[in-house]
Amino acid sequence: MASGHGHSHSGHEAEFPSPLPWLAQKGVVLALDAAARPLAPAPDEPRAVNPPAALIPLSRVLDSARKAKASRGADGASSKAAGTSGAAAEPGSAPLRAEGEAKQSASKAPPKKKSGPKRPGSGIPARPIIRTLVWVRRAAQVFFFGLFFWFLCATAFRGTFSARFDQPVRLPLPVEAFLLADPFVGAMTLLSTHSVYRGLAWSLGILTLTLVFGRVFCGWICPFGTLHHFFGWIFPSRYLRGGRRVEANKTHGWQAAKYYMMWGFLGAAVAGSAIGGLLDPICVAVRAIGLGVLPALQYFGIRTTTAAATTNLRSLQMATDGAQDTLSQTLWTANQSYFNQTWFILFSLVAILFMNRIIPRFWCRALCPLGAFLGVVSRFSLFGMEKDHAKCTDCNLCLVHCQGADSPQGGVKHREDECHMCLNCEAACPEDVIKFRFLPNLRSAVKTPNLERRTLLATGAAGAVAVPALRVANWPDKAYSEKVIRPPGAVEEREFLERCIRCAECMKVCPNNALHPAFFEAGIEGLWTPILIPRIGYCEFSCVLCGQVCPTGAIQKIDEKQKMGVGQKPVSMGTAMYDHGRCLPWAMATPCIVCEEFCPTSPKAIWAEEVEVPKRDSKYTQKGEQAAMLMIKVQRPHVEPSLCVGCGACEKVCPIVDKPAVYVTNAGETRSKTNVILLENTRYGQT
Amino acid sequence: MLGGSTIATALLYERGGLELTRPTGERQVRDFNSHTPGPAPVYAIAKSSTDPAVLVQRAVDALGGMKRFVSRGDIVAIKPNIGWDRMPVHAANTNPRVVAEVVRLAFEAGAKQVVVTDASCNEPNRCFQRSGIWRAVYGLGATVILPSAHRFREMRMRGDVLDQWPVYTPLVNADKVINVPVAKHHNLSKYTAAMKNWYGILGGRRNRLHQNIDVSIADLATFMRPTLTIVDATRVLLRNGPQGGNIDDARDMNQVIASLDQVAVDAYGATLIGEKPERVRYLKLGHERGIGNMDFMNVAHVEV
Repeated sequence: MASGHGHSHSGHEAEFPSPLPWLAQKGVVLALDAAARPLAPAPDEPRAVNPPAALIPLSRVLDSARKAKASRGADGASSKAAGTSGAAAEPGSAPLRAEGEAKQSASKAPPKKKSGPKRPGSGIPARPIIRTLVWVRRAAQVFFFGLFFWFLCATAFRGTFSARFDQPVRLPLPVEAFLLADPFVGAMTLLSTHSVYRGLAWSLGILTLTLVFGRVFCGWICPFGTLHHFFGWIFPSRYLRGGRRVEANKTHGWQAAKYYMMWGFLGAAVAGSAIGGLLDPICVAVRAIGLGVLPALQYFGIRTTTAAATTNLRSLQMATDGAQDTLSQTLWTANQSYFNQTWFILFSLVAILFMNRIIPRFWCRALCPLGAFLGVVSRFSLFGMEKDHAKCTDCNLCLVHCQGADSPQGGVKHREDECHMCLNCEAACPEDVIKFRFLPNLRSAVKTPNLERRTLLATGAAGAVAVPALRVANWPDKAYSEKVIRPPGAVEEREFLERCIRCAECMKVCPNNALHPAFFEAGIEGLWTPILIPRIGYCEFSCVLCGQVCPTGAIQKIDEKQKMGVGQKPVSMGTAMYDHGRCLPWAMATPCIVCEEFCPTSPKAIWAEEVEVPKRDSKYTQKGEQAAMLMIKVQRPHVEPSLCVGCGACEKVCPIVDKPAVYVTNAGETRSKTNVILLENTRYGQT
Repeated sequence: MLGGSTIATALLYERGGLELTRPTGERQVRDFNSHTPGPAPVYAIAKSSTDPAVLVQRAVDALGGMKRFVSRGDIVAIKPNIGWDRMPVHAANTNPRVVAEVVRLAFEAGAKQVVVTDASCNEPNRCFQRSGIWRAVYGLGATVILPSAHRFREMRMRGDVLDQWPVYTPLVNADKVINVPVAKHHNLSKYTAAMKNWYGILGGRRNRLHQNIDVSIADLATFMRPTLTIVDATRVLLRNGPQGGNIDDARDMNQVIASLDQVAVDAYGATLIGEKPERVRYLKLGHERGIGNMDFMNVAHVEV
């Protein structure tokens, strides 16, 4: 392992001149270890003296074998994993360890007597506070992930018997809390709109936390980070053991990618686009779990219960009815959710989770713009790591358990900007090298990201330039796509793009499954922004939940009176149009007007004229004669554009399923000053 | 093993799996009409109060009281109109106080369980909550079931236009079924109350039914023969039906009509919104099929 370490040292020759000062001390410890296990060479022995080149492979093999044992369970189940391997390495070596500790204490290490699990190396246990904090951190991760998941599942309206009929329909929980507390979202929308939208001030809390403790958000709170932590631990990869895991957990140059991306997104925000939400971890988590994982689970749930229900066993049917009711009230909703083009969102999630097999927490280290943002902020943090390089035996246990790939090992400077503050390294360290404390000695720490100034400027500028480049191809005023029907209360398109972070909260909460992530309907820039697809679900007339959960104000928090237009102009998302060639009463002399029945306004925006139309009989009545002509009464529907709110209920219920005879486009949407149909709605003196 | 697989194949092959659905030929009927015969009137119009609960009591009492219809230990399904995301003042759904009183009377008559449900048109959670019915009946101990996909099972009705269709099981798996519709205007069928209310037992794409709305209503009324029909006309939607949406669309009429005859009560109700029963085609169809008598003036009735 000494050899494996060599290149990391090389960059710091000046600060840690060779011969490395702690080698002699280590020799003492190793001799004791060797005495304890006379049959096998002590794992650290080859490092006692500088090994000849020929021996290096052997030492590497021995080391990686040991690491493999130690790293089983790579969460940082550090103390446990390390403890068991330690016990295996030194059976019954308690007196020897005591002796070793005595020698350690001679070299100023605090003597610790603990009857806990045995540890490798000098076996100095981590401070009790650290061992406690590691468990507190795990509890916090479970808690915050649970909270996130609970909020996500609660991002759906479920009625209650206790509510009065006139009580406005709102969600009881602040389900968008994680997004409100997201400083990257706050910074992006601040740059794009020059204001902070309502609850986004909560992100100051996370910012303050980072200023004090560094990136604790990443290691302790972030639900997406926890997901990666979990998968990095649970994925049994034969590849990612021992030396390979240690190598993977060392700081790599490509970890700077997230900083460049973050600056690129902030550049785009300055240019007027909150497109960075595409990669914000909370947005990704809400989007991928809410629109992909939960509906997929629901699919299997419904499939299973349906199969059970068709067995014709009464008791089983009752049980599945109960199970389905419970699930639809907790995890999902009564009907199977469907989201347009979610396969790509889900595929991205699976791919990024799979990366944990090759590089643990690849997302957090290489891609996460929020992590990068907090990494930049963490340079001012008061809490940090102090290393006593002299005591490091290069056992690499810290690296085995490291989450942020922030160089916790001795001999190199600690990267505070990469550290998730998971404290695994200190808990794993058997040599008393690593110490987390307030106002640490910064001699062995790097606080700022290792970035190329030119690349940084270039990426920031690229982000800023990308926005006009994308918009020239898809200018909101010039190239209207009729499919971009924005949710009710959405602000004008340019401001909408300044605000929408594609978090999918609105899509998740929509009770009719009407809002969907756009694929390329709204241009490349509009990827995963919400659009209404009435064919799949219509906008419930009196529902304003999408505005309630929107964390950035892309959809305003309108109330029912504003939306339905009680004493004012209602919010219109578009206008319904008839395709007379497909409409039953218009083209096929068949009564229908379900569209009129479902039209929610009063007076209805769809009205029907009763006409008598000829219809050829569908069968011969007289032998040898033509089929008779009948006259039948039908009601032909018409739209009154000044009343239509574009909710799409007509389109949803049109019996022509594939390509409805009535369809909504965004023409006449109230949010736009240019996409106007009627003269009376034109606002003069405005562009 | 060969024998086993042969038997399994024989069981599963060509018969719709384990679900043996075969046409039986005749129009299917779900008849819950098991009241004891008596000299009481066929329908009773209560209009002597402004309290919906009192109106329900008087109308049901005039037909011989709830005990005539509900026996001790019955599971009673109550089918109000909870179709729309509207508040009681809009009169698009059944008045919650009418529904609550029916629930109370059913429990008083000894019902073991009272189920209140409907397959809504708008989003069910909103409909159930904002109609006020959920809150009104929950406190009385009724079981409120929100419609969801798994509660629909394909059934054969053998009607003229409705053959096989997903049916909402809580409304047919009961000992007694009480239909509690609201009387209101409907642009296509002219008037909607008792017979049209059975649209709410169907799942699937109901929008196809409108192409032959009158025959499909008659088919449904043929299939469902309720124990009792209690029409809420306390506040009646006169225009922009069936949803309304404007307070001015509805008018207080303070009537509740209890009936054993779905057709007669609808014929009477049609007059409330100023519609002639002869112009409502499904009434004529129901009359011809013998479901009831649309000549409501000549059917035994009382006003209380």
